[in-house]
Amino acid sequence: MASLPTTAADIAAAVSSGTVTASEVLEKHLAAIAARETDVHAFNLITADAARQHAARIDADVADGKPVGALAGVPLALKDNMCTRGIETTCSSRILEGWKPPYDATVVQRLRDAGAIMVGKTNLDEFAMGSSTENSAFGPTKNPLDLSRVPGGSSGGSAAAVAAGFSAVSLGSDTGGSIRQPAALCGVVGVKPTYGLVSRYGLVAFASSLDQIGPFATTVHDAALVTEVIAGHDLMDSTSIPQPAPNLRSAVGQGVARMRIGRVTDLPGGAEPEVMKRLDDAFEALAAAGAEIVDVTLPSIEYALTAYYLIAPAEASSNLARYDGVRYGLRAPASEVNAMYGATRAAGFGDEVKRRIMLGTYALSAGYFDAYYGKALKVRRLIADDFDRAYTQVDAIITPTSPMVAFAFGDKVEDPMAMYLCDVYTIPSNLAGHPAMSVPFGTGAHKLPVGIQIMAPALGEVPMFRVAGALESAARGLK
Amino acid sequence: MSDMLLHNGWELVVGLEVHVELATKTKLFSGSPNRFGDEPNTNIDPVTLGLPGALPVLNQHAVELAMRIGIALNCTVQPSTFHRKNYFYPDMPKAYQISQYDQPLNVDGFLMLPGEVRIGVERAHLEEDTGKSTHIGGATGRIHGSEYSLIDFNRAGVPLVEIVSRPDIRTSEQARQYVTELRAILLAVGASDAKMEEGSMRVDANVSVRKPGDELGTRCEIKNVNSVRAVGRAIDYEARRQIDMLENGDRVRQETRHWDDGEGRTHTLRVKEDADDYRYFLEPDLVPLAPSAEWVQSIKDNMPPLPAARRARLSAITGASQESEAVIVIVERGQDDYIHAVVAAGGDASKALVFVQQAFADETAQPRVPAKDIATLTVMERDGKITSTQSKTLLAEIVANGGGDAVALAAAKGFEALDNSAAEKMVDDVIAAQPEAWAKYCAGEEKAMGALVGAIMKLSQGKADGKVVTAIFNARRNA
Repeated sequence: MASLPTTAADIAAAVSSGTVTASEVLEKHLAAIAARETDVHAFNLITADAARQHAARIDADVADGKPVGALAGVPLALKDNMCTRGIETTCSSRILEGWKPPYDATVVQRLRDAGAIMVGKTNLDEFAMGSSTENSAFGPTKNPLDLSRVPGGSSGGSAAAVAAGFSAVSLGSDTGGSIRQPAALCGVVGVKPTYGLVSRYGLVAFASSLDQIGPFATTVHDAALVTEVIAGHDLMDSTSIPQPAPNLRSAVGQGVARMRIGRVTDLPGGAEPEVMKRLDDAFEALAAAGAEIVDVTLPSIEYALTAYYLIAPAEASSNLARYDGVRYGLRAPASEVNAMYGATRAAGFGDEVKRRIMLGTYALSAGYFDAYYGKALKVRRLIADDFDRAYTQVDAIITPTSPMVAFAFGDKVEDPMAMYLCDVYTIPSNLAGHPAMSVPFGTGAHKLPVGIQIMAPALGEVPMFRVAGALESAARGLK
Repeated sequence: MSDMLLHNGWELVVGLEVHVELATKTKLFSGSPNRFGDEPNTNIDPVTLGLPGALPVLNQHAVELAMRIGIALNCTVQPSTFHRKNYFYPDMPKAYQISQYDQPLNVDGFLMLPGEVRIGVERAHLEEDTGKSTHIGGATGRIHGSEYSLIDFNRAGVPLVEIVSRPDIRTSEQARQYVTELRAILLAVGASDAKMEEGSMRVDANVSVRKPGDELGTRCEIKNVNSVRAVGRAIDYEARRQIDMLENGDRVRQETRHWDDGEGRTHTLRVKEDADDYRYFLEPDLVPLAPSAEWVQSIKDNMPPLPAARRARLSAITGASQESEAVIVIVERGQDDYIHAVVAAGGDASKALVFVQQAFADETAQPRVPAKDIATLTVMERDGKITSTQSKTLLAEIVANGGGDAVALAAAKGFEALDNSAAEKMVDDVIAAQPEAWAKYCAGEEKAMGALVGAIMKLSQGKADGKVVTAIFNARRNA
């Protein structure tokens, strides 16, 4: 067993060539789950039987000489807000508990077609609202690197699954940092692609204009591979960009010679000093690799958090209105329909979800729309303009992913504003619709991992992955 | 204008909102069939049911039909957007309706009524229909007080165009004409089957009264007006109700009222004070709809002739007035082309109009009888070869057989009309044989004519033309 490949690329190559079987690879991951899942709680549901059947089919196909996909035999974990046909999809919410979608999300279909094997559905902050996975109705996920600390969120289960070796890769969704921040806190790679690069069809919506699906992986190359598989136009999503998936793997090893990398001089403060030290190290490493470091300003991003906490809840208040007890999910008994709505939603949603529904409903209400939602949309435009200006000077920008390393359970969950600040560096890319990713880059306080965020202009995945590859290489030499 | 005023000099002000279901094969945002009358909840899918993760994709054919309506109503087709209209109701699966709000597809058109009356069309926009609720138990048939409700989602997501007139309508007769003409236009451009009784065309009337020159009065919106006749009755009732209130010194309350066709009156449905705040915002799951100039032009170039032009053409060839019932009905049925074909085959236009109106009332499209067969029949009657009674018999037979040569049929039945000299001789014989009846008739007893004509028919074995004979009797009396 010790000789089994660990990265997605190596697994797929070995399984396709018949050197190892998908079943062997799967059993190794299922053994890891059996050993540690009780402690970590990465999953809402483990689909071991279906996974074993799928692995056996792939092994049979290889034996028969049939072609298998780019992710043949790669164990995959899926955030539990992506629809899987006939398999419970809960969004870690009581209101959807027991609901089995009659259809697969586009990404699920594409991953299955590529031969990836789903081992389970991962835990999240309820409806992807949170930065610690403490908001799950089914209990928090723990950081595999330190069980007393959070894995980040909202895709904490998917980040933890990869960090703990439960799956080679996983998918998360990122509305304000929900892939990148847990990737940083768990020491793995996490990618939020350009808005529209990956189909949202079958992703249970939180904030539709911000949500984007992306991968977690242990290497930048694996993250590029999974992004290639899930990206590309989908007729089922009107906001999907009508062009094929980009070639990203070739970008990873290209280096950063003569690239211009932005340093944000007016970056919002508040990050831990050890985190800022790693950012300095990252600039040093990129300069050493031949990149030019250029100072840029993004004056409007200090308002990003405020704008985000109007736009995202506004959309969420509408997206989550369908959970009314009429057609599926939880229904609380009541004497008439309006009382049934109220009782169902009171029983089915957790506090953070209710907080955001109320915030969003208020922001969209007659008489308040212009002052809140309308103004937030203007800020969003200003932030995009800031980035447009900056990207005339640079090819990519790097910042910390998270202001802090993984924090202890209970540290922030009682203080929503402190929790919201976790996403101060990640939110601007969502508002602009731009790609961004987090790459592990050394450690900070308590020897916990630090993530560096790489941001690029819309459809700038290629330069983004070039920088990510360079940082990954440089990270190996860090003390 | 004074003849348009109601009693005591009140002026009626009406604007109509007409919803029409478009005749597309599939729904506005999904591939489920758009079909009336199927088993409940069979034309559904994740998008129709608003399942978590489902996304709308705009139906291009619906856009095309909406533009045809706009162009037929002399609107400007402009770049447009979709909004979400948020409200809870069990037959609204997403708890929001996707509709066009401040940027509708068609704006600023008009519709002409008889007498060169121009009714402004403010907008004609696209939106999705809701499901259909049936409330079981309870006295009112409404949700409150019912024991349970059944919901059919077949109608949910059916494409609608809402056509909003300006408050230019001044009489209930104009309102009826507007609905009738609009319906004829919808049928002509193939946008909808526009069946009020099946709900594929639904009319809401905004009714207010004022003294001429005053500001607009407070309006009430009348719903559930399910026929052209009901449009007129509901408006007349509502105008009377408002005038009575105002003349009694009361105020009209702005409210939505329900027309009860059986009782012939309106009831309060809801008052303005508890109107919903719909929290409209731009639908983030769709992109703006901006039809290219080429697309708009190609629709304009391929517009079928509109009812007004077709009535003018039919009127010119038949000599009947454009506003005559026959001309209106034939154009509405789409049988004007058939009459032109009968004329082209040598038929008599004026008789063809009568024959087609009578014989093909059950057919809404082109009759299956060859046009030349009708042409032959019209000529035979016009030339006095057969009587009008005989021609009716032959017409019925030709229609029943799907065609037939009128000449051969008439010969087989021994049908022929008496020539005039023979008819005159018979008249004189009957006057001589029945002096009492003749005396009564000459004394002004019109009833006596029955006996005289009956005697002629007996004598001629039905070959005399009743009209001709009556004319001869008249001539004799007046001589």
